[in-house]
Amino acid sequence: MGAIAVHEGAAAHEEHAESFVRHYIFSIDHKTIGKQYYLTTLFMAIVGGALAMLMRAHLGWPEGGALDPGQYLAAATMHGTVMIFFFLTSILTGAFGNFLIPLMIGARDMAFPFLNMISYWTLFPGVLVLLASFFVPGGPAGNGWTSYAPLSAVSKFAPGSGTGQTLWAISILFVLFSSLFGSLNFLTTIINMRARGLSMGRLPLTLWGIFITAILALLSFPVLTAAVVMLILDRTAGTSFFVPPNLLVAGQVLANKNGDALLWQHLFWFFGHPEVYILILTPMGIVSDVISTFSRKPIFGYKAMVLSLSAIGFLSFLVWGHHMFVSGMSPLLGAAFIGSTIAIAVPSAIKTFNWCTTLWQGRLLFTTAMLFAIAFVSLFVTGGLSGIFLAAAPVDIYLHDTYFVIAHFHFVMAAAALFSIFAGTYYWFPKMFGRMMDERLGKIHFLFTFLGIYATFFPMHFLGFMGNSRRLYDTSIYPFLSHAGPIDVFISLSAFMLGAAQLIFIYNFFKSLLHGPVAEQNPWHANSLEWAAPSPPPHGNWGAALPVVYRWPYDYSAPGAAQDYSPQWQAQPVAAGGSDG
Amino acid sequence: MSAVKTPPSAGRGPAVRGPARPIRFGPDGRGGGPAASGPAASTAVIGVSAALVAVAMLFTAFTIAYVARRQEPGWGTVVMPPVLWLTTTMLLASSGTLEWARRRIAHGDIRGLQRGLAATAWLGVAFLAGQLIAWHQLAAQGAYISANQYSGFFYLLTGAHGAHLLGGLVALGIIVWKAYAERYGVASHAGVGVFALYWHFMDLLWLYLFALLFWA
Repeated sequence: MGAIAVHEGAAAHEEHAESFVRHYIFSIDHKTIGKQYYLTTLFMAIVGGALAMLMRAHLGWPEGGALDPGQYLAAATMHGTVMIFFFLTSILTGAFGNFLIPLMIGARDMAFPFLNMISYWTLFPGVLVLLASFFVPGGPAGNGWTSYAPLSAVSKFAPGSGTGQTLWAISILFVLFSSLFGSLNFLTTIINMRARGLSMGRLPLTLWGIFITAILALLSFPVLTAAVVMLILDRTAGTSFFVPPNLLVAGQVLANKNGDALLWQHLFWFFGHPEVYILILTPMGIVSDVISTFSRKPIFGYKAMVLSLSAIGFLSFLVWGHHMFVSGMSPLLGAAFIGSTIAIAVPSAIKTFNWCTTLWQGRLLFTTAMLFAIAFVSLFVTGGLSGIFLAAAPVDIYLHDTYFVIAHFHFVMAAAALFSIFAGTYYWFPKMFGRMMDERLGKIHFLFTFLGIYATFFPMHFLGFMGNSRRLYDTSIYPFLSHAGPIDVFISLSAFMLGAAQLIFIYNFFKSLLHGPVAEQNPWHANSLEWAAPSPPPHGNWGAALPVVYRWPYDYSAPGAAQDYSPQWQAQPVAAGGSDG
Repeated sequence: MSAVKTPPSAGRGPAVRGPARPIRFGPDGRGGGPAASGPAASTAVIGVSAALVAVAMLFTAFTIAYVARRQEPGWGTVVMPPVLWLTTTMLLASSGTLEWARRRIAHGDIRGLQRGLAATAWLGVAFLAGQLIAWHQLAAQGAYISANQYSGFFYLLTGAHGAHLLGGLVALGIIVWKAYAERYGVASHAGVGVFALYWHFMDLLWLYLFALLFWA
């Protein structure tokens, strides 16, 4: 067992009394911070999910009067904002990144533990500011999660352009700074604090995903920061960066404005497209690790996986224009964006191929985590294929801002990332909390979630073909949407089932937290380094001696080995003849 | 236990190039913080460099917006406040005094370090005061933040730079305090070097912004 065997005798070394506040609230322990992020973002997911349920209640039965038009737009805006910034971004890096990085690289904590604590406590006021915006006159922001100018820049435009929009911008600034602090930490920690023997070429793919995500965040979040600062100045200091001249608002022409509304779109999407990959690269890594573990096979094409992650990360900075095909850009420029966008299909296909070939002829163990990971591949392919339609400007000009787009990104980004979060939760829950989750409830949760996702979002493709605009309050005002009603009812019923299925997860989560069977150190017989620590790991993670790494994390079913896994921290060599995939 | 001594290259997976690097930096593997300020520098250098990349991206975004807007109608005119020449000189001088302080401590001259850092701090404060005077001079010619596009960008760029410099001054305050507490020595003044990285970057960033604002 190498260096790990030392720790039983020396664990007391790390134990020292901590006050309740230092241990649970202002903790600098990466594991506690990860759990703080997890619970906070889980709460935000419930908020975002409830808003989605409200929207579906209205869209299924528009005559029911669940929401008035202003409330509907606010619900849509806040659903997107909460889910993208406060749930997906923050849980993937904040919860999984913080919890896993030091454990997977064999370090005691992050490079800058104090900055790590600041990161969480920067997110928290952002949450409060965003939630507070529900209670200001005019309600929360209502101009979409993209907050396109000039609607978002002039407070007199609509109820959703008032104080709520200012609070939206401030809360986004908090999230951006929180993520930036996290990214600085992740990069430095992964570069500089890996255990002996753990080269970058032996890093689990989850960490490669987080590493490239951190680079993307470092390069793209400051751009949105710049845009949001300018937006706040437009709203409060009377500048007009995003407010075009001769704008007629409430019967009056706005004076002395010479800005450019499209500038916001360029800055927003220069951040926005890398952001989409910030939400999917870490999931790709998580899914790779879960699939390899439960196929009892090495990941197929490790280097190809790393290179395709990097390629997707690089290309993500060259494609923002595909969100703006209808903004009047030059067709030549549009053609360039079509080319760069379609090019992303290549590394994406490499990854899908590698997941399938990892599964191929594996000894598959259908744990809940594995089911969610395999379903991730399905969702990613479904959403990826509709992405190819949208990447082509001629098709996009018709489908732009319709439900087809909603279907596309809910499959490829939202649902896929959500499924990887579920896979990661069922997989790492034993390490996080020292108890096993209920597998039977987990599988019921999986079944209804998987069916619910497809039943909810697949029919939206057809609404998109009909020309149903994504922010339309009531389809009955257009005769060409007269067939949309029954589809909307079906989608709403499916969405309610999907929402109800999440209650099973929440019940399972808290039940297992309190009463689940106690987890052993390595319940899944997995290889990567976090499974060398006790479940849950103590403060300092490793006792007296840091672990030493002898191999990559994918030595499953090695020929000649005594068992079907050879952990990274295990010293004795496996039989020669293997390749590095 | 003897297995620990074998080079960790057995097993499958991509080969490790050369002997694995020992963990030299950061929390020293014994649960504590950085053991000495010397070796801790590398972690700090990576962290600060990454932060500076983010700062560079922030100002890249501002620049793109600036360049895209400056040829459009309604850009407006602003007479550059003359005090900017003085503040620019002071910021350049502060980089000089900071480097001088680093040279002194490298020779073990703690008094020199103290004087150099104090001079840097005063020049930094004077720079920020000068920037405020520049804003005052702008306002005197009627160029408020909302006056036109040019003035809006002027306040935005100088304000964003000033905020970053203010953050640097807070860090410098801690370093000056440590210098007067004689916490630095010939071999243990890495913190000063990490700070210098940030400060010089802010200096260069200001030269860039100064040129950009003069250009139009």
